[in-house]
Amino acid sequence: MAADARSGVARGLRRTAAAASWLVLIVAALATILPFVWMVGVSLRTPADLYADPAQLWPSTISLDGYHAVLTQLPFVRLVFNTFVFAGGTTVILVFLDSLAGYALARLRFRGRQAIFLLILATLMVPFQVTLIPVFLTLFDLDWLNTFQGLIIPRATSALGIFMLRQFFLTLPRELDEAAHIDGANSFQIYWRVIMPLAKPALASLFVIQFMALWNDFLWPLVVSSTIEMRTLPSALTLFSSQSGVDHAALMAGAAISLAPLAVAFLLAQRFFVQGIATTGLK
Amino acid sequence: MTTATLTGRRWLNPAYMYLAPSLLIIAVFIAEPILRSGWMSLHDWTVGEETHEWVGLGNYLELFADERFRNALTVTGVYTLVTVAGQVVAGLALAMWLRRTTWLSSLLRSAFFFPTVASFAVVGVVWKFLLDPQVGLVNAWLEKAGTTGPGWLTDTGLALVTVMGVGIWKGVGFSMIVLLAALQGVPDQLIEAAKLDGAGRWHQFRAVILPELRPALLFTTVIATVTSLQLFDLVYVMTGGGPLFHTESIVAYLYQRGFVEFRLGYASAIAWVLFVMILIVSMIQLRIARSHDGG
Repeated sequence: MAADARSGVARGLRRTAAAASWLVLIVAALATILPFVWMVGVSLRTPADLYADPAQLWPSTISLDGYHAVLTQLPFVRLVFNTFVFAGGTTVILVFLDSLAGYALARLRFRGRQAIFLLILATLMVPFQVTLIPVFLTLFDLDWLNTFQGLIIPRATSALGIFMLRQFFLTLPRELDEAAHIDGANSFQIYWRVIMPLAKPALASLFVIQFMALWNDFLWPLVVSSTIEMRTLPSALTLFSSQSGVDHAALMAGAAISLAPLAVAFLLAQRFFVQGIATTGLK
Repeated sequence: MTTATLTGRRWLNPAYMYLAPSLLIIAVFIAEPILRSGWMSLHDWTVGEETHEWVGLGNYLELFADERFRNALTVTGVYTLVTVAGQVVAGLALAMWLRRTTWLSSLLRSAFFFPTVASFAVVGVVWKFLLDPQVGLVNAWLEKAGTTGPGWLTDTGLALVTVMGVGIWKGVGFSMIVLLAALQGVPDQLIEAAKLDGAGRWHQFRAVILPELRPALLFTTVIATVTSLQLFDLVYVMTGGGPLFHTESIVAYLYQRGFVEFRLGYASAIAWVLFVMILIVSMIQLRIARSHDGG
């Protein structure tokens, strides 16, 4: 009887402790996303409302002035377009080129394969800042500064992507290639019709994380683009935020819009974000 | 033998064609620039000057006597140590708590992971104004609670701490998901067996779970370290390196010398110091990974 009661008390205590720790976790999760809630809140407030009571998380009346203002104070549509062209265009080319290179390295036999693979791996160790200055000069010589080709082409392949896809292609059974080969398919047909369809999850992960990395990229577009018409969202927002007397609602509206595509993609395809980031470390 | 040669010859051309575009881009925009960067770091290479004088190791010697560079090293070192430790420990704690998949734990995982998806520019801008003394929510709430909030980004003693806090908040989700993926590989029986042995929670964690997590811990620590050593966006957006250089990182200083003052030789030397630091971190990682594979 007494022992029963005691274990009952212990169980009760353990349950309370578990409930308390879940409560702490929930509060921590809310605190984690609070900045984003606040961002949306400020984007929907008038400056007068914000200055009157900054302690209020959500506006008392919803106003779309901020969204209107960011369109007039910045060439905002152009910035969104630039960011889409830069991130989307680069990612499409990159996934294609990386998959071709990864396919050659994983499935084809040719002289120098090991040497080329090691060379590609070696470039992974080098931080991007080392190449930034010479690449800047190369782009200057090519007259590619402040252009889309200057933004896109130097980033249109990635050693990490080649490595990741090579590793994935190696896991596919060899018999597939051989069967297709006997059926008369050439190596490009095998790549396109056999290997690529099987690699969809890996390709989707690479696509999602590369798109995210480029959409969020800061230093590269900051250095390559020099006029507001060629900037991408991150650097344009930053420059906008450092102006004196900045319109907070407009700034937060801009921040919210630049986050929106990734937030939507994240909600729809969280699995690919998680897989891609967890396997490559790219973020 | 003949078939092998035949196949080899048949595959020969396409393989090079498939690799050519990537290799061309890597050659022109990565490989050659690495070498040129090293070469430039040995010159007094300033944009607009007719000649670029050879200075040997002059830039490096100047660099190590440069107070501002030493400050940048310290800022970057402190930031890296604190944020990496913070995000890995917090990420591990969250991964342990959210190990089992239920609707609630999935929801919480998404919340903790979400800052990883946002850009440093967006979160930097949002945090900068969240901590603003006039319009920010943080100090407004502190005022309601009866205290005056500090100058989070203007106080010389506090600015770096604030930036590190944001860095941890941003990085926790990454460490958490890497460790969660690894935890899913730990067989439940292993944990159950430890429980039957009467192993205490802490003991069970140290003896059973931690060894299984070692590769994932190493991976997330190295990635976080390399990312932190390249700290730039966050300080550029939130503080501009201030107040009085208290948050100026190595890359922020490189940007200042290279792309504001156009002393490209000097900036290249800074880049190479960073390169060597990252190389050392990668070597240590390899060493640790190998020594455990061997045992």
